[in-house]
Amino acid sequence: MEIFGVPSALFGSQLLIGLINGSFYAILSLGLAIIFGLLNIINFAHGAQYMMGAFVAWIALTKFGVNYWVALLLSPILIGALGVVLERTMLRKLYKLDHLYGLLLTFGLALIFEGIFRDQYGISGQAYEVPDALKGGVNLGFMFMPIYRGWVVVAALAVCFGTWFMIEKTKLGAYLRAGTENPQIVQALGINVPLLITFTYGYGVALAAFAGVLAAPIYQVSPQMGANLIIVVFAVVVIGGMGSIMGSIVTGLGLGLIEGLTRVFYPEASAVVVFFIMVIVLLVRPAGLFGKAA
Amino acid sequence: MSYNDKSLFDRATPVLFGALFIIGLVAPFAVYPTFLMKILCFGLFACAFNLLLGFAGLLSFGHAAFLGSAGYVCGMLVRDLGVTPEVGIIGGTLAAGVLGWVFGVLAIRRSGIYFAMITLALSQMVFFFALQWKATGGEDGLQGVPRGHLFGLIDLSNNLAMYYLVFAVFCAGFFIIYRAIHSPFGQILKAIRENEPRAISLGYDVSKYKLLAFVLSAALAGLAGATKTLVFQLASLTDVHWHMSGEVVLMTLLGGLGTILGPLVGASVIVSLQSELADKVGSWVTVIMGVIFVLCVLLFRRGIVGELQALIRRSGIN
Repeated sequence: MEIFGVPSALFGSQLLIGLINGSFYAILSLGLAIIFGLLNIINFAHGAQYMMGAFVAWIALTKFGVNYWVALLLSPILIGALGVVLERTMLRKLYKLDHLYGLLLTFGLALIFEGIFRDQYGISGQAYEVPDALKGGVNLGFMFMPIYRGWVVVAALAVCFGTWFMIEKTKLGAYLRAGTENPQIVQALGINVPLLITFTYGYGVALAAFAGVLAAPIYQVSPQMGANLIIVVFAVVVIGGMGSIMGSIVTGLGLGLIEGLTRVFYPEASAVVVFFIMVIVLLVRPAGLFGKAA
Repeated sequence: MSYNDKSLFDRATPVLFGALFIIGLVAPFAVYPTFLMKILCFGLFACAFNLLLGFAGLLSFGHAAFLGSAGYVCGMLVRDLGVTPEVGIIGGTLAAGVLGWVFGVLAIRRSGIYFAMITLALSQMVFFFALQWKATGGEDGLQGVPRGHLFGLIDLSNNLAMYYLVFAVFCAGFFIIYRAIHSPFGQILKAIRENEPRAISLGYDVSKYKLLAFVLSAALAGLAGATKTLVFQLASLTDVHWHMSGEVVLMTLLGGLGTILGPLVGASVIVSLQSELADKVGSWVTVIMGVIFVLCVLLFRRGIVGELQALIRRSGIN
C-alpha cells in the first residue's frame, strides 16, 4: 500500500513521530503560554526544566530504583517546587522592570542548570528503559505502533486538555484569567495574586518536567535535550501567537505533524520547516495564528 | 545614562579615548596579540549589539547569525575564491547587512519579547543552513582560511600586522557607532526607546529607523565576524549557535547597557574569563557565565561601566 508514492508504513511511522514531537511542542508551549500570561515572562529556562524532569526520572530509577509511574508524579512535583523557589527568590524582583529582564534572568538560569548537568553526566545521552506495562507494540494494519509512543500522545493530550479545562472552566482558572487582565482589581477583590503567580509559575515548570519524564524513554536523556527543543518551541509560540491556551495546543500538534510530513518528502528541510512557516505566518499575520493584534 | 548633560565624564571622554587608543597601539608588545585580537573582535561585536539594545531598546537574540554568516562568507571568499583579505571582510560585512535587512523586516513587525524570539528563531534557520550546506563544511566548519596579503602587499601571517588590521577595523567600527549614537539619527533611536508612541506622534517613521539601526548593527556584527575568521583562520558552527547570541547579551549587560565603552569592557572580561578558565574548570565555565548573568540582572543592571558612571556622578565631582 502506498500513499502519495510513499510506502504506507514509512508514511505512518513518520506521521506518528510527528504527532509525538507535536505533543511535546504542545505541552511545552502550553507551559510557556501559561507563565507568559500571568508573569509576562518568557521562561527561557523551560528547556532546562524539561531536561531536569527527564534527569530526575533517570536518577530516581538508576540510583533509587523508583519506577516510571512514580517518577511521572514525583519529577513534576520536585521541579515545580524548584520553580516556586526561583519565582519567590528571583523572578519576583523583576516584575516592575522591562519584560526583557525576565528573559535574560531565565536564560542565565538555563546556562547554570545545563552546565551543572553537563559537568555531572557529560554530553553523551543516557538510556531510560520503557516501563514493562508499555512494552511491545500493536499492528495497526498499515503500520506497527510501539505502545509507549501511543501512550505519550494520549498522556500529553490528556494533560493539555486537563489544563485547558482548569483554566477555561473552573473558578481557579477564572481568577487566573482575571489576574492576567487586571491584577490590581483582582487583588482588591481579596484574591492573593502573588500566591496565584507563584502557583502558576510552579505549574508551568511542572508541565515542562512532566514532558521531560514522558520523553525519557523515547529520546536520550542528555543535558542538551532541552536546549535544542526550546528554540523550536519558541517558533511554535510565535506562530501560534500565545493568545489562547487552545492555540498553543493546536499549533504545537499541527507543527509536529507538518514536520513529520516534511521528513517523508524532503528530509533535509525537516529541521527548518517550522521556521519557514514562522516567516510566512509573520508576513501574513504578525500577531500569530491565534494571537490578538498588539 | 548620560547623553545630554555635560558631566565630568563626558568632558573627560576625549582624553579617555585618546589614552585607550595609545594603549591599543602599544598593547601587542605587552600582551599576546591573538588574545587581544579576540577581545577586539568580540568587543566590536558587543558594541554593534549594544547599538541596537542599548540605544534603540531592541533585544535581538539572533546576533550570532550575523557574526557567523559573515565569517563563513569571508572564509569562502578568501579560501575558495582567492580574493584579498580586505575584499573578504567587505564581502562578509555586506552579506551580514543584507541578512540583517531580511531579519529586520520580519522582526520589527513585533516588539519586546516577540521580537527577541523571532530573531532567535530566524538565527536558528541560519544555524541549520550552516550545518547542512556542504560548502560551509557542516560540523567541521571552514578550516584553513589563509590570512593572505592585505591589498596584496602586507603579509598578514605576521601576528603584529594582523593585530594592527584588527585594531584599525575595531576603531573604524567603533567610530561609526559613536557617530551614529551622537547624531540626530541616534537621538531619534533614543526617543523610540524611551517612548515609541510619542516618537510616532512626532511624525517619525519609527519602523524605518528601527530597520536602519538593525541593518547597521548586523553589518557591524558581520564586520567583527569576518575579521575574526581571518584572525583564527576558521569559521565554525560555534559562531552561529544561539549560545553565542546569549554570550553577546551577557558581554553587553555586564559591561553596561547603553554605555559607549561598556560592551568592550564586558567583552574583555568574558573573553579573559573564558580563556583563563576553559581548561581548568570544564563545564563550570557555562555555570559561571550563568551566575554572572543572574547577578547582573538581579543586582547590577547598569553593568561595570554604568555603575562606575553612577558612582562618579554620586560622588559629586560634576
